[in-house]
Amino acid sequence: MVSLNHYLVLSAILFAIGTAGVFVRRNLITILLSIEIMLNAVNLTFVAFGRALGAADGQIIVFFVMTVAAAEAAVGLAIVIALFRHRESLNPDSWTALKW
Amino acid sequence: MSSFNAIVPMSCVTAAAIAAMIAEAFRAPGERMPIGPLGAIGLAGAAISSVLLWKDGASSFGVVVADKFGLFVTFILIIVGVLSLAISEPTIDRERLPRGEYYALMLFALAGMMLMATATDLLIIFLALEVLSLAVYVLTGIRRDHALASEGALKYFLLGAFSSAFFLYGIAFTYGLTGSTRLDRIGSLMAAQAMAPTPMQLLAVGLLLVGFAFKVSAVPFHMWTPDAYEAAPPAITGFMSTGVKAAAFAAFVRVFLAAFEPLRPSWSPILWIVAAATMIVGTVVGVSQSSVKRMLAYSSIAHGGYLLLALLAANDVGKAAVLFYLLTYAVTNIGAFGVISVLENTDQPNDRVRDYAGLWYTHPALAALMTIFLLSLGGFPPMAGFIAKWYVFSAAVKRGYTGLAIIGVLTSVVSVFFYLRIIVMMYMTTTDTPARVPPIPRMAGLALIVSAILVFYLGILPTRVLDWAAASIATIF
Repeated sequence: MVSLNHYLVLSAILFAIGTAGVFVRRNLITILLSIEIMLNAVNLTFVAFGRALGAADGQIIVFFVMTVAAAEAAVGLAIVIALFRHRESLNPDSWTALKW
Repeated sequence: MSSFNAIVPMSCVTAAAIAAMIAEAFRAPGERMPIGPLGAIGLAGAAISSVLLWKDGASSFGVVVADKFGLFVTFILIIVGVLSLAISEPTIDRERLPRGEYYALMLFALAGMMLMATATDLLIIFLALEVLSLAVYVLTGIRRDHALASEGALKYFLLGAFSSAFFLYGIAFTYGLTGSTRLDRIGSLMAAQAMAPTPMQLLAVGLLLVGFAFKVSAVPFHMWTPDAYEAAPPAITGFMSTGVKAAAFAAFVRVFLAAFEPLRPSWSPILWIVAAATMIVGTVVGVSQSSVKRMLAYSSIAHGGYLLLALLAANDVGKAAVLFYLLTYAVTNIGAFGVISVLENTDQPNDRVRDYAGLWYTHPALAALMTIFLLSLGGFPPMAGFIAKWYVFSAAVKRGYTGLAIIGVLTSVVSVFFYLRIIVMMYMTTTDTPARVPPIPRMAGLALIVSAILVFYLGILPTRVLDWAAASIATIF
């Protein structure tokens, strides 16, 4: 039997993977993907809680989050494209003109 | 139709934003359309509807409430919006930015901010946060031909998206604990079990705190602030340093002083440390900056620290302090960035402190205005900043946060050093190569004078506005 705790642990692991990805990976697209993993981990949490509470709210919230994630991906990729035009690189370490 | 009343102000702004977008789409090449005035009309509609709502208030669908608190912040946002529209005009002409998109994004951001200030449901707060953030990310990088602008936008975007995932995770746990995202129901359920908070409650509060701390650029989540503020055109920097902060603090106050008030013993020590670190880091790092925009970015971080202190100390005396501080900070900071924006040239950013040398001799009016704004930021009487800081610190002392109040006073004294550095540069230094300043457009000049008048008005006759602020915050707790 898969209980609420199993879902919560799974989503926590996914969230941790996403967080680690943001810090560890050195490619802008992969970093964006990692943020998507974090958001989807949260979605899983919402769905699991919604099911455990027997309420539809949890499932409905996920639709909102998915919409926001799509909008965020659009803006994020647009900014990455604008950057790539300046310097043909996706490595965040090549963008260090602003510091302190 | 009565249930739609509370969302009328933000609907006016959204309608103006959509109209701006359509106007841009149907514009013939080279044709000039009065898109700026269109935005002003939308904001005027929002102002009128807010005034009408002020007396009785309204509630829409149980998730958006036009109470006095939300409306007071809406008024601040309308002032920020009108001043930003007026200051933006020369930037758009000079940088050849797409006028319709610029104003549409600014108005969408304002609508999101208004929604955030009036939302009483965590999910709506999250959606409003995203509406305003996505618009502001794009505005930060709107000078696409500047590599620096894109870099600043990217940093802002990455950290912003990262932190909103944390914020959302906090909402998920709150929902799991209480079965609701409504603030009033969360508050009553938290109060029922506040004696021994469970680990999951603490996790939820902590994650929400991270999300808010990022949006109000509190230390240690402030790294994006100077980069984004330097990268954006100064008119946008003024807009986002005031508008985003006002909206985020409004939601912060609503969530933590209404819904999570029963858990205060758990979160107030963390907030104590964050407020102290924010004031100290903002001031100390600000001293070492040579770019005026970055310096004011650190100054705005420090002001975020004072606002956190006001939030912590919100009691009978200090309740009005948060709102009053937000208002004075908004008019002052937008004025300061307005002066920077007017000084900027296409080929010469005029952003270094030494570019201000001898400004008093070449442009006495601009130098005088900049002096007013900087002295108000530093907290000199009779400017507004003095009264605002006075209220925050006296509330903190009354509530028993003497240590934080001392840190606050000391950091304000240190911050005066870097504000005075610019003033000394303007009045007491002469240079053979004075900065070339483009002619000052009438609208922007008028906006600067209006902000200066507001700074003096709030500094000399604050009583009426303070009464309004006290009446406003009384509606939420």
